[in-house]
Amino acid sequence: MFLIFSKLKKKTMDVYTTNLVVLKIIKHYQEEGQGSEVVQGVLLGLVVDDRLEITNCFPFPQHTEDDADFDEVQYQMEMMRSLRHVNIDHLHVGWYQSTYYGSFVSRALLDSQFSYQHAIEESVVLIYDPIKTAQGSLSLKAYRLTPKLMEICKEKDFTPEGLKKANIGFEQMFEEVPIVIKNSHLINVLMWELEDKSTVADKHELLNLSSSNHLEKSLQLLMDRVDDMSQDIVKYNTYSRNLSKQQQQKHQYLQRRQQENAQRQSRGEPPLPEEDISKLFKPPQPPPRMDTLLIAGQINNYCQNVKEFTSQNLGKLFMAEALQGHN
Amino acid sequence: MESVRCGAVEDAVISPAPIKPACLFACLPQTLLISTTEGTVLSLLSMSVFGPVVKIHPVVLASICDSYERRNEGASRVIGTLLGTIDKHSIEVTNCFSVPHNESEDEVAVDMEFAKNMYELHKRVSPTEVIIGWYATGFDITEHSVLIHEYYSREASNPIHLTVDTALQSGKMNIRAYVSAQMGVPGKTVGVMFTPLTVKYVYYDTERIGVDLLQRTRLTPSRTNGLTSDLSQVGGAAARVQDMLTTVLAYIEDVLSGKVTADNSVGRFLMDLVNKVPTISPEDFENMLNSNINDLLMVTYLSNLTQAQIALNEKLVLL
Repeated sequence: MFLIFSKLKKKTMDVYTTNLVVLKIIKHYQEEGQGSEVVQGVLLGLVVDDRLEITNCFPFPQHTEDDADFDEVQYQMEMMRSLRHVNIDHLHVGWYQSTYYGSFVSRALLDSQFSYQHAIEESVVLIYDPIKTAQGSLSLKAYRLTPKLMEICKEKDFTPEGLKKANIGFEQMFEEVPIVIKNSHLINVLMWELEDKSTVADKHELLNLSSSNHLEKSLQLLMDRVDDMSQDIVKYNTYSRNLSKQQQQKHQYLQRRQQENAQRQSRGEPPLPEEDISKLFKPPQPPPRMDTLLIAGQINNYCQNVKEFTSQNLGKLFMAEALQGHN
Repeated sequence: MESVRCGAVEDAVISPAPIKPACLFACLPQTLLISTTEGTVLSLLSMSVFGPVVKIHPVVLASICDSYERRNEGASRVIGTLLGTIDKHSIEVTNCFSVPHNESEDEVAVDMEFAKNMYELHKRVSPTEVIIGWYATGFDITEHSVLIHEYYSREASNPIHLTVDTALQSGKMNIRAYVSAQMGVPGKTVGVMFTPLTVKYVYYDTERIGVDLLQRTRLTPSRTNGLTSDLSQVGGAAARVQDMLTTVLAYIEDVLSGKVTADNSVGRFLMDLVNKVPTISPEDFENMLNSNINDLLMVTYLSNLTQAQIALNEKLVLL
């Protein structure tokens, strides 16, 4: 996602987080998330000066078939109450979610983030991409909804006219916030200790040359989305065609009416009453455009990821070529 | 049998526990039970010296440090429960949470309700984790530890006790694990001894990559680090490999010039290293390289095209 420099007076808040949160998120996905299931959790922290500090987090249990969502609220309440006893910040500042190949732009995410942001203005959603991380570099991104999108969600006006009024494009839905990892001195000491003690060899997944698997899957998802998009476009096209046809019909009807009235007047009869045209010609339902926006945003995201991936791989391939050339 | 073990184990902490003789009989079956649950018919002797290996994930340590930093005023140390899984010969510690407690000269109070509650909540998220022990910050094992350990031995069979020296008394953060064992002459006062276990650090793959990044925060003066972008990461990784190669080269130079005696095992590793580079004929390599590059370029072109397409579509709709 592009980093949008907001022209509004409010500066986007940076997000500071600590080692603990990162490790917990990684662990949660590793243990509970298999395949394309999504794991979620809550972020805790506080807002200090001009930054949002995330100091702790806890995971949400998966949605299981038994127990409905009575668990959710109660679990959250109990967890926060208990954490307060041990002096952990219990202020909700956002939530995190894992993603599968970058597909997280969905209605559910939008709704959740909207409710969070409505309550707390600076809340973020942290998206953790485990597959990209497994390829060699930690992929953790923080997103917020732009103020424009917040407006639209508040009014729930998703018709084309509404969106045109707000002048929002798919690039202006989310804004990415840079994450900075900051640790206390004690954690620093811990890091030094671990470096000392642990004997794990340094594997270099980042320099791995094989790319086809990842590319295939990404392209597959991209194609699915593009299919969805094209369906949506077809729907919109039929709608606009219907609308224009209806306009024409209305026009013709009005003309005929006028002609008839003129004739009647010439014959001396009273003119026909003006009928309510809107009842005769019911305007077609405009299709909601929010889904299209989301799909466009998702496609954009996929394309960005693919481009990042290919640029990395091109670099690696050229390096390999240079090395081979020396043999 | 316990007295034999005393002499064999170094660095054990002995503390007389106020256990009455009546409790001895209650404890004995428990200790015997431990040996059978371990799946070994060997005596406790071997289990304590070559005890189960304790594998710790970095999450646990980070969590302990964090709870230490957030402790209440006046509390000198923090305790909490360790969660994890037990294998045949190793105990893997994957999670933990702190438990509020009060400690004074002669008594210690632990909020057990809280501990139970938290464990229930944690179980909802990860049902495979069980209570395997407890941790405490601080260097020594005190008498209170024994009492707390007894409480935990009710929750879990043979709990382990982890100490993390967050006050850095000896200049290092000593992370040690202990398991308790009975000692003393049977029939008279019995003591409890904490015998140390080997501690290893394990990581999941993704954890290790995360930790690699987090390690870089050590080096900046403000202890901060941003997450870098794509190509610079590849550059960074390549630089690291280059560093390693220079170290290896320096070593080889030293060996060749006679400064360092050659080590056979290192030599074998170097042989492996050199043999790993595959010998491919240049044309084959060219072909492979070109096809790969073409794939990547095509995908880049397609994704750019798609992005342009959706941008256009949007402009058209908004007309």
